[in-house]
Amino acid sequence: MKYFLRKTLVLVLTIFSISLLTFFAFHIIPGDPASLILGTNATEEQVAALQEQLGTNRPLSEQYISWITGFVRGDFGSSIRYRMPVSELLKGRLPVTLSLGLIALVMILAAGIPLGILAARWRGKPGEKILNILTMLGISVPNFFLCILIMWIFGLILHLFTPGDYVSYTRSLPRFLQSLFWPALSIAIPQTAILVKYIRTAMLEELGEDYVRTARGKGAGETWILYGHVLKNAIVAVVPLIGMILASVLSGSIIIEQVYGIPGMGKLLIGAVTSRDFPLTQTLVIYITVIIVVTNFLVDIVIQVIDPRIRLSGRS
Amino acid sequence: MSENILEIKDLTLGVTERDGSMAVAVDHISFEVRAGEILGIVGESGCGKSLTVMSLMGLLREDVKALEGQILFQGEDLLAVSEERRREINGKDMSIIYQEPMTSLNPLMRIERQVAEPLRLHGSYSREELHQKALALLTEVGIQDPEACLRAYPHQLSGGMRQRVMIAMATICSPRILLADEPTTALDVTTQAHVLDLLKRINREYGTAILFISHDLGVINRICDRVLVMYAGKIVEAGTNRDILDAPCHEYTRGLIRSIPTRDRKGKELPSIPGRVPSVEDPKEPCPFAPRCRRAMEICHREAPACTRIDQDHIACCHLC
Repeated sequence: MKYFLRKTLVLVLTIFSISLLTFFAFHIIPGDPASLILGTNATEEQVAALQEQLGTNRPLSEQYISWITGFVRGDFGSSIRYRMPVSELLKGRLPVTLSLGLIALVMILAAGIPLGILAARWRGKPGEKILNILTMLGISVPNFFLCILIMWIFGLILHLFTPGDYVSYTRSLPRFLQSLFWPALSIAIPQTAILVKYIRTAMLEELGEDYVRTARGKGAGETWILYGHVLKNAIVAVVPLIGMILASVLSGSIIIEQVYGIPGMGKLLIGAVTSRDFPLTQTLVIYITVIIVVTNFLVDIVIQVIDPRIRLSGRS
Repeated sequence: MSENILEIKDLTLGVTERDGSMAVAVDHISFEVRAGEILGIVGESGCGKSLTVMSLMGLLREDVKALEGQILFQGEDLLAVSEERRREINGKDMSIIYQEPMTSLNPLMRIERQVAEPLRLHGSYSREELHQKALALLTEVGIQDPEACLRAYPHQLSGGMRQRVMIAMATICSPRILLADEPTTALDVTTQAHVLDLLKRINREYGTAILFISHDLGVINRICDRVLVMYAGKIVEAGTNRDILDAPCHEYTRGLIRSIPTRDRKGKELPSIPGRVPSVEDPKEPCPFAPRCRRAMEICHREAPACTRIDQDHIACCHLC
């Protein structure tokens, strides 16, 4: 119980400091939302009037306090760019990013764990070399290039999908999920490659442990040792990485959403920053913060469930 | 009583060096383990004791290879058997306990599963049978609350308890021979005595032969019937416990005996053998111990000593014996 209280406190403090940080970072960078909305031909009076209307001419501390008091009450403010409540904007984007992230996560785990085990089983065999080359490629290919490659090969040559064809979940759920498949794959490939590499390393490390020698001494074969002894120990070592992957896919991928034209959180964030839309940016940053803190918390719990040596405690 | 369970003939083990060449770490050793006996192998660290034991179990590291010789287990050469046959023997007919009982247990597996694992690997038992067997074995090795211990994870047990668990695990299939690689080295003196008593009891009650490795001649003397003294990959002296303790002939054995702390030497400096064991890649003299031997003669640097039989079981490889 003490543990949960402590974690919640950490979450609140993190959100508070992150919001302060974004707030001031936002006011250091040049650019004014009112002039951005009105364009270069606007008169000074027009700009001043809009600033008055948006509240951006008030002192910084006042702006921050009015924003944070609203936020605590559940009012995320109004987007300057879209002229509508931030919560309304999120309602449309959140399901898209979450679906995209979860599909990608399923792909990453479904491919990464078996391939990682296979890579460990194949140590010293020719298959290992091929897998190594593939994982290195997966890790090092730039994400935007991977997207273009997938669009080109599967979209334009093989005609498996139409690039840029996005269907909203409000229109058709199956077609919505279908249109998320290729973007999810683009997110999944590099993350899978990293996961494979980590699982392989963790398993090989565990194979050198004394308890593996004990198991061999009992007459256990390779398969028994890998699945009965090594896998669980190796998983403990990669749970933090899986947590990081989870956090990153749920935060929304700016590049993937931009390239595939998917209206998710990542795309929203880019628009918010470029138009100096403070309330929207702030909310999105806090969303990402919450995702990261909560996944870290989940990682702690999962490791604690698998590894009896680690117990939730108030200390460290 | 004279039936041999294990016969090791000319066993030679090589370690792969960084440049790819093979350095001989265990050099043409031959000995036998007789049914129901406790045979000790003593020697300083780096003499090849552990390598010898690991080769008997087929658990050598990848860079160590058996270059020559035979390991006959009830007439079957273990260096020539298939991997499947090897797995049948391991844990069932022949098992092993190690120096480090903490890392030798899987940290994420409950004791019950680990103790019962050899049974699951070598036969089919119901869950209840496995539980009963594991419970009986833990009681047998003297664990106070065996039910609680079965549910525990290794980190919740003390060093002595872990070693008892290891012994229970190694003997659950009633093996013909138990290999013990420095099983008491990591334990405090009192626990050490308990574990030695336990091993001795298992040997007496079930007739399980034990091959006991230690660098501590004091420990070896407490438990063994016969002793092999190993130095730099060779057996330099062999004999019954009495032969070795009362009439040691090889200067290395004498040095080891002199360095056992005793009550009447309390307060005086403990004698030790000067120098150190040559490493595997060092060039060796005809008698490897000659550079450290205080009785070395001119012939020792020129000619390898023959092994002479001093008594029925007592053999020493020294020019002076």
